[in-house]
Amino acid sequence: MVPIHHYLLLGAALFTIGVVGVLTRRNIMVILMSIELMMNAVNINLIAFSSQLGHVSGQVFAIFVITVAAAEAAVGLGIVIAMFKNKETMNINEIDLMKW
Amino acid sequence: MNFLDLIWLIPLFPVAGFIINGLFGKRMPKSAVGTIAAGAVLISFIFAVGAVYQLAQLPEHERSHEVVVYEWINAGSAVTTGGQATRFVVNWSFLLDPLSSVMVLVVTGIGFLIHVYSNGYMWEEDGFYRFFAYLNLFMFSMLTLILGSNYLMMFIGWEGVGLCSYLLIGYYFHKKSAGDAAKKAFVVNRVGDWGLATGILLIFATFGSLDYHTVEEVIRAGVASGQYVVSQPIFIGIALALFVGACGKSAQIPLYTWLPDAMEGPTPVSALIHAATMVTAGVYMVARSNWIYQMAPEALAVVAVVGVLTALFAASIGLVQNDIKRVLAYSTVSQLGYMFLALGVGAFAAGVFHLMTHAFFKALLFLGSGSVIHALHHEQDMRKMGALKNKIPITFLTMAIGTLAIAGTPGLAGFFSKDEILWQAFSSEHGHPLLWLIAAIVAGMTSFYMFRLLFMTFYGESRVDHHTEQHIHESPKVMTVPLIVLAVGSVLAGYIGLPKWLGPNLFEHWLEPVFEPVQAVAVSAEEAAHHSVALEVGMAAVSVGIAVIGFLIAYTTYAKKSDRAERVSAQFKGMYQALLNKWYVDELYDALFVHRAKDLGRGLWRFDSRVVDGLVNETAVGTVKSAVGSGWWDRWIVDGLVRFAGGFVKTASWPIRLSETGYTQNYALVMIVGVLVLVGYVLWGTL
Repeated sequence: MVPIHHYLLLGAALFTIGVVGVLTRRNIMVILMSIELMMNAVNINLIAFSSQLGHVSGQVFAIFVITVAAAEAAVGLGIVIAMFKNKETMNINEIDLMKW
Repeated sequence: MNFLDLIWLIPLFPVAGFIINGLFGKRMPKSAVGTIAAGAVLISFIFAVGAVYQLAQLPEHERSHEVVVYEWINAGSAVTTGGQATRFVVNWSFLLDPLSSVMVLVVTGIGFLIHVYSNGYMWEEDGFYRFFAYLNLFMFSMLTLILGSNYLMMFIGWEGVGLCSYLLIGYYFHKKSAGDAAKKAFVVNRVGDWGLATGILLIFATFGSLDYHTVEEVIRAGVASGQYVVSQPIFIGIALALFVGACGKSAQIPLYTWLPDAMEGPTPVSALIHAATMVTAGVYMVARSNWIYQMAPEALAVVAVVGVLTALFAASIGLVQNDIKRVLAYSTVSQLGYMFLALGVGAFAAGVFHLMTHAFFKALLFLGSGSVIHALHHEQDMRKMGALKNKIPITFLTMAIGTLAIAGTPGLAGFFSKDEILWQAFSSEHGHPLLWLIAAIVAGMTSFYMFRLLFMTFYGESRVDHHTEQHIHESPKVMTVPLIVLAVGSVLAGYIGLPKWLGPNLFEHWLEPVFEPVQAVAVSAEEAAHHSVALEVGMAAVSVGIAVIGFLIAYTTYAKKSDRAERVSAQFKGMYQALLNKWYVDELYDALFVHRAKDLGRGLWRFDSRVVDGLVNETAVGTVKSAVGSGWWDRWIVDGLVRFAGGFVKTASWPIRLSETGYTQNYALVMIVGVLVLVGYVLWGTL
């Protein structure tokens, strides 16, 4: 049996990659994908603990997360499309309406 | 048909005519306008005749019929000066009793004839419909005045006839003199109306009612119980206040000056309003209030003296006037003076009798003069008339009858009524030989100026200018028939009031219930009057003799070729000028009142333009100045504070604003760093 810290390391690595992606990439689509990566890192953690503790609630949580992620993806893509129609760009640095 | 209960309709027919003619008359044919106006008055006359006939059928003491149309004013409780609790209640109600029945017959009957006459006289005039609308409105007001059963209704009618008089005097409003005359009549009447209003207020304050019957009953009850006695100051006060009103409306000294000027109106108006009906309203009012005057012998004395002096004064002016209508106007003032003399000596019935006969012959004379003026194309100056006798025979004959009647020819109406007044002035308990003497002299003057008018107009040589002379024509039937009817009336009207030595005085008997003495009269005086038949006949002979002297002087001066008029006027130049200029009374009033009023007006205007307007302007300037100040305060202090607060926040927040880059990832980075710090902090604690 694979010890739990392997999973945790994998999840941490994936989450870190996702965070770096969100912070550094300029393309909105890539940022959305990075967010997806972060959520899946969380899922790995949940599954790993579920398996470790022999308790099913972790798996239920994971399924919830996947569901919410799907909804989030739909809403996120909708926003992106709306934004692209107005601004004709996918570069997040050009979308700075909140600037002072 | 029960006409007695329909007397409230009598004033309404003319008002219907007024509304129709006033609203639609402009678009209606003249004949329709005239027919409607005269027809409305005719219907009123028929209803009046019916009602009076039915009234006469009633037993003597029941001859007083009141019709309450509705309760007009009910203004709550009040307390009289005597401490009696009462309510101010005035009904819109009408009263037909012997006195108002005489008035209503005179007003509607003669009014109808004058309406018919006007159809001919006014035919060529502009505003034909306007004339008839006013005339109908006048009839309504006059009928309200005489048929109303309380003082407030009388007051309404009183003001209404005043308004119509004003409108009709100013009928030729494009003429300045007509407009001025109308204004004069209106203003002078206001003085009288003040007196009437004061009298009415005093009546309510004293007796707690305005209803004739109630007031009379209160007085009779008060006299019976000893609460009221003769010569009590309040009676004198009320009587004199009412008499001021009568002076204004009935043209007595000192308020008579408007009536001669009122001749600026069309001649039928002079006949209807300023001779036969409206100017007798004062006589009617005093006769109506006889129970108050009986309680105030001092006021009666004032009435008698004012009446006789007015008669003398106006007759003296009438002697020399050259305008045919002005002679008649002064004659009217003079005859009204006779009526007040009669009232003043307590002979109320004689005053009303003269009112009635005078209505006939003065309306006749005015309409006749109108016919002359019509024939001569609006020439009113008698110096430009003469020898019209054969050219306008009907006018001449009827006017001659009117002249004979007013001069007191035995057998005609004026003789009976004037003789009654003269006799009463001498023999009544309130009378005095001096009153009789002046009245008799006035009778001679009346005879003189009336025959002077007749001779100057119809006899002698023609002084009509050549162009007009060729167009002289007798008036149409619509004008001559009323003249004939009035002439018949002037002959016959006197026979209902025969002097006691000739027969029963039906007229006085008819009015007896109204003029019932408040206190039992001293029977001896009454009997003494009965016993002096010889004296009465003798005095009648004297007054006829005086009238004949007046006639003879006029005849020899004006009918014959004579230079006496010129000689006398040259000899007594000062006197003649004074008379010709109406004793300079108008000038005196101008100096005393008119100019003073104008000065007062000018002074007030100056006060207004300087002080009041000045205050307003100063206030405006002050407001502007203070507005500049408060504007500065607002702009710099209030706005400054607001702007300072905003600017301060803006400046102070400058460094913090810089953190808001607008880059989403910056925010995300801060968030993540914050999470890491938080997690680190928590882990630090647990480790």
